[in-house]
Amino acid sequence: MRLSPDEMIFWQYGFLKLNATIAFTWGLMLVLVIGSKLITRRLSRDLKRSRWQNLLEIVVTALEKQIEDVGLSQPRSYLGFLGTLFLFVAVSALFTVVPGFEPPTGSLSTTAALALCVLVGVPLFGIEGQGMGRYLKSYMEPTVIMLPFNIISEISRTLALAVRLFGNMMSGAMIIGILLSITPFVFPIVMTLLGLLTGMVQAYIFFILAAVYIAAATQVRKPEPEPEAALGP
Amino acid sequence: MDSMTIIAVASIAIAGLTTGFGTMGPALAEGRAVATALTSLAQQPDASATITRTLFVGLAMIESTAIYCFVVSMILLFANPFWSHAIAQAAGN
Repeated sequence: MRLSPDEMIFWQYGFLKLNATIAFTWGLMLVLVIGSKLITRRLSRDLKRSRWQNLLEIVVTALEKQIEDVGLSQPRSYLGFLGTLFLFVAVSALFTVVPGFEPPTGSLSTTAALALCVLVGVPLFGIEGQGMGRYLKSYMEPTVIMLPFNIISEISRTLALAVRLFGNMMSGAMIIGILLSITPFVFPIVMTLLGLLTGMVQAYIFFILAAVYIAAATQVRKPEPEPEAALGP
Repeated sequence: MDSMTIIAVASIAIAGLTTGFGTMGPALAEGRAVATALTSLAQQPDASATITRTLFVGLAMIESTAIYCFVVSMILLFANPFWSHAIAQAAGN
């Protein structure tokens, strides 16, 4: 039994390996890029619009609203990063209904890469939001003694992000594999349905946690509320 | 028993124990979380969207501790580093 799609190797030359994780990731990238190119090729602004445009609009507005709910007042500037994370994880979970497809998020390499993107992205957004000095100073809050613990928490939450997503996707595939050998007919389908649900929830969790981390890094903590900042358009 | 048998027995037994004990806490916690969420849903049906969203996020966070245990036991069963080391040593001799 395979633990991850890393062990399925299609092509090998020296130390270069093309395993299933990379191949399926490329496939997903192709589907996402070509799909959104095709859909956004002719967008309509009036009431009559294609159903695919409707789908994309629903996704984008829902993501924007979620980002705004977390506390980031300008969701557009974070939508590119967070939306990509959500779409990739969600689509890779959704494509498990295709026979022969193994989600690339079921490999620790992919989830570690995604989590590293969050680890790098959060300080970048934080520095962009409140400046280098104040961002670095936020590591020393409330006191200087907390500096190593803040750094440890940064690393451990990255690890948790990676292992959570990997464990969930891997356990789904593993349980289906075990059930196939015990009860081959009905239960694997039910577990596939459950896997779809957990996949979507995990995509949402990954996305919302990254948004929360960015919100915590960008928000300037001040004791007094700013009345002019609260006035939105 | 030689070292390979000991490693195999210990890995299999500990893998079962890890998943068994590791899922006990999250199971209790998820039960509590769902019960509390149901109570607050009954009290404030208007806030159902917020409660459900927070419940799902919380459940996935709780569940991830059980998932960590599951990952550890899967590593023990299918990708055991000590087992590979013992195999390599046995092949070397």
